[in-house]
Amino acid sequence: MLIGESIGLEMGKATRDAFGHELEKIGHERAEVVVIDGDVGNSTRTEYFAKSFPDRFFNVGIAESNLVSMAGGFAANGKIPVVASFAAFLMCNSYDQIRMSVAFTHSNVKLVGSHAGISIGEDGPSQMGIEDVALACALPGMTVIVPADEPSARVATRSVMDHIGPCYLRVGRPSVPVVYNDGCSEFCLGKAIQLRDGKDVTLIANGLMVAMAMEAAELLAQRGVECRVLDMHTVKPIDQEAVAEAVGETGAIVVAEEHLQHGGLGAVVAYAASQLSSNSVPFRYVNLGDQFAESGPAEGLLEKYHLTTQDIFQAAISALESK
Amino acid sequence: MVSETTEGVEHLEQMARRLRQHIITMTTAAGSGHPTSSLSSVELVSALYFGGFLRFRAGEPEWAGRDRFILSKGHAAPLLYAALAEAGYFPVESLTELRKLGSVLEGHPNMLRLPGVEASTGSLGQGLSIGLGHALSVSLDEIDARVYVLLGDGEIGEGQVWEAAAAAAKYRVGNLTAIVDHNGFQQTGRTEEVLDLSPIEDKFKAFGWHASTIDGHSLEAVLEALSNAGNYPSQPQAIIATTEKGHGIVPLLKELNDENFHGQALSAEVAEKALQHLGKVS
Repeated sequence: MLIGESIGLEMGKATRDAFGHELEKIGHERAEVVVIDGDVGNSTRTEYFAKSFPDRFFNVGIAESNLVSMAGGFAANGKIPVVASFAAFLMCNSYDQIRMSVAFTHSNVKLVGSHAGISIGEDGPSQMGIEDVALACALPGMTVIVPADEPSARVATRSVMDHIGPCYLRVGRPSVPVVYNDGCSEFCLGKAIQLRDGKDVTLIANGLMVAMAMEAAELLAQRGVECRVLDMHTVKPIDQEAVAEAVGETGAIVVAEEHLQHGGLGAVVAYAASQLSSNSVPFRYVNLGDQFAESGPAEGLLEKYHLTTQDIFQAAISALESK
Repeated sequence: MVSETTEGVEHLEQMARRLRQHIITMTTAAGSGHPTSSLSSVELVSALYFGGFLRFRAGEPEWAGRDRFILSKGHAAPLLYAALAEAGYFPVESLTELRKLGSVLEGHPNMLRLPGVEASTGSLGQGLSIGLGHALSVSLDEIDARVYVLLGDGEIGEGQVWEAAAAAAKYRVGNLTAIVDHNGFQQTGRTEEVLDLSPIEDKFKAFGWHASTIDGHSLEAVLEALSNAGNYPSQPQAIIATTEKGHGIVPLLKELNDENFHGQALSAEVAEKALQHLGKVS
């Protein structure tokens, strides 16, 4: 069964498509936007911008270090450089450049990592960005966004471009179900979106896992469990208020993300919760754990590595049992 | 653009001496730093800032029309700070604040804290890419500004330098000058022994650059090489400056049995000798 199908969500475009189309639109509005590509523009979808604005598009080849530092130079002149590549290559290959030429200088550079998570499928673990959120969050001043679907990725792209300062936007390769039929006008950087309210447990998710969290909430409702569901699209700065309220009002937390366990959304939420609340509440995590994945179809991979609706459901049951 | 009269060169010689004295004084006051890596680049930086090449406004550091100087070999920060102070960005007296807690004169340049610093460097290999971003950006805005990037000869072991070299040639960037301070030493020894990248000039040429090798301590040669920059409107320019690490105090370094003397300050006693050795500044 397709993700989201059980609750009637329709399949939308990939978040990378949403990013690419919105970036092209923004290009018409803002002359200061430039795009630097590491020869993957047709994968990251910056190709739409390239077609409309060839003079502001720089494909510098397979050279991530150079392209990130170049972005620092552009930003120093008031440009808004967008650097897009595979999440794995952008964050891992050019991390020192991101650290020095973007974060340390608090440059207005927009880093976009596509093909994030294991849902890229058959290309396998060398191409899967699974540590990108942790790496991005580790850098002082970096804003880190993981949108759930096509409409929210569009708004997220616009928000990231409007924000002044370094940002990391994580987008994915596969088509994902539409969570926000209304266009996600409520999207605001640093503010979780409550998709459903309940008093028993809070499911906190981002990216692809949001639709699954919604499905899990429905399954739990059938068992009489009332779930709150938060789309925590902004990992940094985390919405501390939403986390504190979730801890205080529901007393059990499940965090789901398509990422390694160390340094991702789960770690960030747990840190926030431990600082803000004296209550000890059960936490459960749905993530990739501490391992690399493998090649295979996306659906099979998500199942094998325990990133499914059923896994969120089970985690919630486990958390409830510990309450 | 530049006065090449004897008087002009004499003025620059005086400035070079002043910069050397600042470098010695400030690193010894700090008790650490990279004086010898700074000393090898002195004529290059003197010519840029005080030979009429860099167009800048010390009172308006962000002036869009300025030429940009990026110190990619960020450990030569004492030289950059000495030049900025002499150029009027801040008082010369502040130079002895180098590396002190709370000082904006950090161990390596920090553009957010010190006006006049164009890039935060210190992690080697990034300056040429940053400079390329600047060069393309000012071209998009139709600003007639040139970007100078000073690199170390050890630094060019970083692959990123050559990524930037290839990209600059692709975009036919005519307003970018890379200057390689070829002082022959890096942290643990001679560059030819650690990682031999010679012939450097040929490498830049192979990447599509105009390149030449000069005596980096001859002000006349440096001025001439910088003057040629405008002759290549659609080609980046590399100047390989053959220099001597610690130039100006090499006999003292030999006495210390350490020609490289990398990443350490002279003792107060040796610094005093060094200042005497450099001679008085008018």
